[in-house]
Amino acid sequence: MAVTALPTLKPQDFASDQEVRWCPGCGDYSILAQMKKALTTVNFPREKMVFVSGIGCSSRFPYYMNTYGFHTIHGRAPTFATGLRIARPDLQVWLVTGDGDGLSIGGNHLIHALRRNVDIKVLLFNNEIYGLTKGQFSPTSRLGTKTKSSPQGSVDAPVRPLSLALAAEATFVARTMDMDPNHLTGILHRAAAHKGSAFVEIYQNCKIFNDGVFDYVTDKSSKADNALFLEQGKPMIFGKDRNKGIRLNGLNPEVVTVGKDCGVDDLVMHDEKTESATMAYLLSRMMVPEFPEVFGVLRQVSHPTHEELQAKQAEEATARRGKGDLDKLFRNDDLWVVE
Amino acid sequence: MSATATLSVSTSGRKVQEVESITIRFAGDSGDGMQLAGTQFTNVSAIMGNDIATFPDFPAEIRAPAGTLAGVSGFQVHFASTDIHTPGDRLNCLIVMNPAALKTNLKDLEDGGVLIVNSDSFGPNDLNKAKYKVNPLEDGSLKGYRVIRVPIDKLNRESVKECNLSPREADRCKNFFALGLVYWMFERPMDATLKWIKDKFSKKIDVLEANTRALKAGYNYGETVEAMPVQYRVAKAKIAPGTYRKITGNEALAMGLVAASQMAEKQLVFSGYPITPASDILHQLADMKNFGVKTLQAEDEIAGVGAAIGAAYGGAIGVTATSGPGICLKAEAIGLAVMTELPLVVINVQRGGPSTGLPTKTEQADLLQAMFGRNGECPVAIIAPQSPGDCFDMAFEAVRIATEFMVPTFLLSDGYIANGAEPWAIPDVKKLPKISIVHPTEPNSNDGTTHENGTEEPGKFLPYKRNPMLVRPWAVPGTPGLEHRIGGIEKQDITGNVNYEPANHEHMVHTRAQKVANIAQTIPDLVIEGDQEGDLLLIGWGGTYGSIATALQRARRKGTKIGQIHFRYLNPFPKNTSEVFKRFKKFLVPELNSGQLLLLLRAMFLIDAKGLNKVQGRPFLVSEIEEAIEKAIA
Repeated sequence: MAVTALPTLKPQDFASDQEVRWCPGCGDYSILAQMKKALTTVNFPREKMVFVSGIGCSSRFPYYMNTYGFHTIHGRAPTFATGLRIARPDLQVWLVTGDGDGLSIGGNHLIHALRRNVDIKVLLFNNEIYGLTKGQFSPTSRLGTKTKSSPQGSVDAPVRPLSLALAAEATFVARTMDMDPNHLTGILHRAAAHKGSAFVEIYQNCKIFNDGVFDYVTDKSSKADNALFLEQGKPMIFGKDRNKGIRLNGLNPEVVTVGKDCGVDDLVMHDEKTESATMAYLLSRMMVPEFPEVFGVLRQVSHPTHEELQAKQAEEATARRGKGDLDKLFRNDDLWVVE
Repeated sequence: MSATATLSVSTSGRKVQEVESITIRFAGDSGDGMQLAGTQFTNVSAIMGNDIATFPDFPAEIRAPAGTLAGVSGFQVHFASTDIHTPGDRLNCLIVMNPAALKTNLKDLEDGGVLIVNSDSFGPNDLNKAKYKVNPLEDGSLKGYRVIRVPIDKLNRESVKECNLSPREADRCKNFFALGLVYWMFERPMDATLKWIKDKFSKKIDVLEANTRALKAGYNYGETVEAMPVQYRVAKAKIAPGTYRKITGNEALAMGLVAASQMAEKQLVFSGYPITPASDILHQLADMKNFGVKTLQAEDEIAGVGAAIGAAYGGAIGVTATSGPGICLKAEAIGLAVMTELPLVVINVQRGGPSTGLPTKTEQADLLQAMFGRNGECPVAIIAPQSPGDCFDMAFEAVRIATEFMVPTFLLSDGYIANGAEPWAIPDVKKLPKISIVHPTEPNSNDGTTHENGTEEPGKFLPYKRNPMLVRPWAVPGTPGLEHRIGGIEKQDITGNVNYEPANHEHMVHTRAQKVANIAQTIPDLVIEGDQEGDLLLIGWGGTYGSIATALQRARRKGTKIGQIHFRYLNPFPKNTSEVFKRFKKFLVPELNSGQLLLLLRAMFLIDAKGLNKVQGRPFLVSEIEEAIEKAIA
């Protein structure tokens, strides 16, 4: 079969004619730029890419991409994306959501899209705040976050997006950040290549309502000590001197100093391909200051997608009964003839 | 029983009374298999050539405690040698399997009607559960009926005793015993049911044998025991020639959707959440994967409609079905489909409300919800089938309207026609109309450059540039060069870009409304049944057609100048609606709600219409409409 080469596209070919209206300095600009860059090398026709979103600052994303786009309603983007993929398994469907859209009003849909393993790439821009409604605490805001709707500090424990995705049986779970363009591009690439639902949490700075909430991992001075970049088959090492690591003590991870507490061989080796999600779950729970926070792919396993299983059932039904015949369908009950 | 009864003698030497129509009801505990008995009786009657109409009536609880009033399940069958439209007002014959069934159903039995009682289930405990202080079989309270006491439990156990069943399993055959008895009484042959038993229980030989024996034993009991007063004969009905089957509204909806998708050469994506009384549609379609049908049992009602819209965006026929509470949840997403002008079919099998209401009972109280139940000015198309078989045609129409006009289309069914059945003439597949759908493949504007040979340089794709009917193009992802974005924020006319300008918003609100109004140009005019002009016009919509049509016939026999129209299209109304209203002096609008169509008609056509309103979770009795007609013309 002759392979037709796709036209080579540049990042600007993915820009729509619409003026981008995020606040100056918003982390979304970086994500948009890296997305355009990443898509130039995913080797997929642009007209078959669709960006679906819900409501919120992040959900304006589709308007700025020169692909097909559907800006839907609050929290429900996974439902539209699921229906789209069921109807059109030939499309590459990206879903852009935020911490409020994806984890509060739309939490249920996110869970079910992930556990069905519908082939959609979910990008959750986590800025730990409601931006578009002007600064209320969100389901990922830390305990005690002071906002207009929580003047004395929020009393609700935050949800951990990666833990939730793993609990929902997501087959691809990753974390990256707006301020690390290369890492971000790499993760977007990995998500695009994954078959099944991919969940990517992106730490994203809200310049206006929650500025600097992720400085501890994005700022050069503290990044190395607070961020652990996962690499497949490599020991979990971090720190500016590259001498800190993660060791398992029973079921509990602990931070150790290599050379002092143990050797490199005692550290946990990262294996994103493990069928069990247990280690990935432990990683998803690690938070500064007790632990570094992990970036990279926590889990990537291959399961059949919802769409593949549906197609298989259709094939089986057709093999068993033949291609649908309306006349036969109409007559599939007791008949009588009136003359 | 109809007045034209004649007596003759059957082959067995017994009296046979010929009648025009019979209404019978099987009633028992919800574990007694009454729905099955009723269905079998219906099938056999249809095969014998009677016209039929059925009304299953079952509790919301799957298994309320056995023998209690809450657990009574009934199935009513009306069969006739004439054209009938309803499952019948009054029962000519009632079969009750326990005291609770007697208590809840007796009021519907006509004076002098036949009452078949399972006398084995009238012990103190049974009576107590049904809250009878005195045994009604012994206190003389049933003397106005022809009571036939049959020890069904005992006779049934006896008939199946050699079948190797546990006592519990043996008792589960008693519906077949009762069925056999009424088969004899109404001269129904057993063959079709014997075949059904054979197919159904082919893997459980003992059960197969036991049910077969129970059915035959019931039949033979009728023939040999002197207790049975008379046999009844209902001749074949004069029905238009053709091949028929029995169909329920929900079956017809599923078939109509599949037929429409085939005629549109499109895949059907159905997405819904289980809810009574709409779940059957999901069940039916989930078993039609060889038609290219894809179904999703969604995580909730919102996901149900969301996935249907997503599928429509991808170029499929997107359908969701639910009942009233589900529509509440879907409202916001339906608004999105109105704004993004995507084709979507929304089926509401209405039930009693508000809130959870009466899940298994019928009502027509969601018309205004369909009309207005969303934020903003949010017009949708609304249609409503008038009978179980009409569900096929209207499902087809829903797909046609949604795709031709790029608009969400509501189909309002109800619990009564969803579960009720009638004979349905099998349509000729070759004569089903095609639904033509075109997806654009080229930009629909030019960039202003005209070449020397007169051709123009293509410009951008404009997703909200409309055709003369104001319909926007359905461009689907995967089409090179037509990449565009849609969403729920107000659209700029033509370009579809986000736009907040006041004049544009008003223009778009008017445009969306006019587009829906334009549908009227593609739907049939109202047809007046009965007198074409006169004193009184009966106006109905949806599942009440049969009751109103029967009342119309009876009123006309009495000489009333009366006509009937029935709205199958409710938004927009047919073009000739106001012209029809000019031909009549008075208007009566029977509805199973507090006056919803009435409100619309009075507001939109300024007619002084009166309502006949019933909200009991049950369909109209013909007699109720007859009385209202008499009052209206008095």
